[in-house]
Amino acid sequence: MIVADKKPIEEIIEMVKGYRKILILGCNECVTVCEAGGKKEVAVLASALRMYFMNEGTKIEMDEITLERQCDHEYLEEIRNSMDQYDAVVSLACGVGVQFMAEKYFGSPIYPGVNTCFMGVTEERGVWSERCQGCGQCILDRTAGICPISRCAKRLLNGPCGGSTKGKCEISKDLDCAWQIIIDRLKELDRLDDYEEIAPIKDWSTERAGGPRKVVREDVRQ
Amino acid sequence: MRLQYPSNINIIKLPCTGKIDLIHLLRSFEKGADGVYVVGCLEGACQFTSGNIRARKRVEQAQEILEKIGIGGERVRMFNLSSSEAPHFVQVAVEMTEKIRDMGPNPIKTAMQKAA
Amino acid sequence: MSAKTPSRLEKILDSGHLAVTSECGPPRGSDPEAITKKAEMIKDHVDAINITDNQTSVTRLSSLAACIHLKLMGIEPTLQMVVRDRNRIALQSDILGAASFDINNVLCLSGDHQMFGDSPQGQNVFDLDSMQLIQTVRLMRDEGKFLGGDDIKRPPKMFVGAAANPFADPFEIRVPRLAKKIAAGVEFIQTQCIYNLDKFELWMKQVRDRGLHEKVYILAGVTPFKSAGMAKYMKNRVPGMDVPDEVVKRMAGVPKEKQPQEGIDICIETIQRLKECEGVRGFHVMAIEWEEKVPEIVEQSGLYPRPEDL
Repeated sequence: MIVADKKPIEEIIEMVKGYRKILILGCNECVTVCEAGGKKEVAVLASALRMYFMNEGTKIEMDEITLERQCDHEYLEEIRNSMDQYDAVVSLACGVGVQFMAEKYFGSPIYPGVNTCFMGVTEERGVWSERCQGCGQCILDRTAGICPISRCAKRLLNGPCGGSTKGKCEISKDLDCAWQIIIDRLKELDRLDDYEEIAPIKDWSTERAGGPRKVVREDVRQ
Repeated sequence: MRLQYPSNINIIKLPCTGKIDLIHLLRSFEKGADGVYVVGCLEGACQFTSGNIRARKRVEQAQEILEKIGIGGERVRMFNLSSSEAPHFVQVAVEMTEKIRDMGPNPIKTAMQKAA
Repeated sequence: MSAKTPSRLEKILDSGHLAVTSECGPPRGSDPEAITKKAEMIKDHVDAINITDNQTSVTRLSSLAACIHLKLMGIEPTLQMVVRDRNRIALQSDILGAASFDINNVLCLSGDHQMFGDSPQGQNVFDLDSMQLIQTVRLMRDEGKFLGGDDIKRPPKMFVGAAANPFADPFEIRVPRLAKKIAAGVEFIQTQCIYNLDKFELWMKQVRDRGLHEKVYILAGVTPFKSAGMAKYMKNRVPGMDVPDEVVKRMAGVPKEKQPQEGIDICIETIQRLKECEGVRGFHVMAIEWEEKVPEIVEQSGLYPRPEDL
């Protein structure tokens, strides 16, 4: 899923302080799972902001709504009729949702309430880590299911580098060396000989480097 | 044991402190409470294993938020005792009441009065 | 293996001599004397001088510019290129830049992560990895082509090197990794500095078992300890470094004023022992900020004078 982290409340206060009536808009999917922008987090943020502004002597109204997702037209349309009353929206969805809101409600100020971080897994409650960078040309068949692009700090396709120490990356003892894991898996799968195949130079044009990306499926388009 | 404890305390009973969510703590202050404290079982003795641990974490989150928004993190606290420790319960009540008296009323109340 | 480039280093290795290389780190400023003076000190005792490329991700005068200064002094440089900071366009471009000055040696490296240096907030590139850079230089040299497929006018004549670290984890792929670099086209290797001779000789045995020592020239890396403190630091704080306890004890067992000489003695003993190690074709003496000791080390190891008239 997309993993995000709550923005510090000081940042959000700065964003909204000039407004009178605000909508705090949550999302029921990824940001709910990583406990950054779901219904509970919306309630907490709204309460905290209310108290802050009350303490400042400023009157601000905060409404709380959580949509199923903010990346599909249908869900964003659900609030079409109520948007006029809000001076601004703080969206706790990932960057995708914030932007889609801004595109659909072109005249309304939309602010981000979370920092969107990466595509990753829940290792345990409270710990999420990166797994995929969306390079657009998956090579997991050749690396025993472990991605060197997202999990190697140098995205080496023919790793490891000389800094790999006891299975950990040179940049942090808390970071696994992706290539150690790949090699361990190749051994487990009895494919250690594959290690000597030289991975070719990557075509990065399907990644961010090639420009903002689109997937078009003519077979399902209406 | 019919011990006396300060009358300014409103007790809300729960089956386990693990039932408390962060929003409950915050809403209390939003509605004008001067202080909130959570009394849970001794750590390691929770009937539901770790409800009191979860409560502690939520209290810590509340402390952080309240501090950041200028209400005062020390207005919310957690205490752990066993249900047979009546004198300790009283001591906690007294301690918390004195602490809140020192800190003064919830600043929101003053601010709301001013705004009215 | 017969020499394919005008590289003096290649010629020496090809003719069966033990080669000696060393390295210099460029300054954190634009004064070329910081490099040229160091090079002057060691030029008669080595066959080629590596110039590091923003080592440890600390921004310095560029390796290419420093190599050019050396070349203009008549000294043979080895251009170290990390893939951390440049994409394939810049890498190929710099190779051509080096070739335009007839710089004939290149060392292809990954590069330390930028968080170690002075710009932890910067981007990194890693468009190619070090293995793919080796392939690229060979493509440019042997087929006269850019990666994109177009022809190169006056292709570079580079002798291609890379690094090997017999002491990094995981140990089990350190020999396969060398094999991989050889398959990618590497022609000479400089190893990480060696203190654990047993482990190094074990690696060399595995290298020989696969016949790899005949496919690539291996130069053993050595670095003299200046002090017991340096030995401890390298043991505990430098990733991929293997410094056995006995070596640290030996350094610490000597009074402080005598430690530099002890460090040099250990270095010379290492070279003497590795001269007997089949497959070791030379030595890479890294004495960063202590370049003045290189001549002594080379001489005391019986590697002076360097071969002439090749």
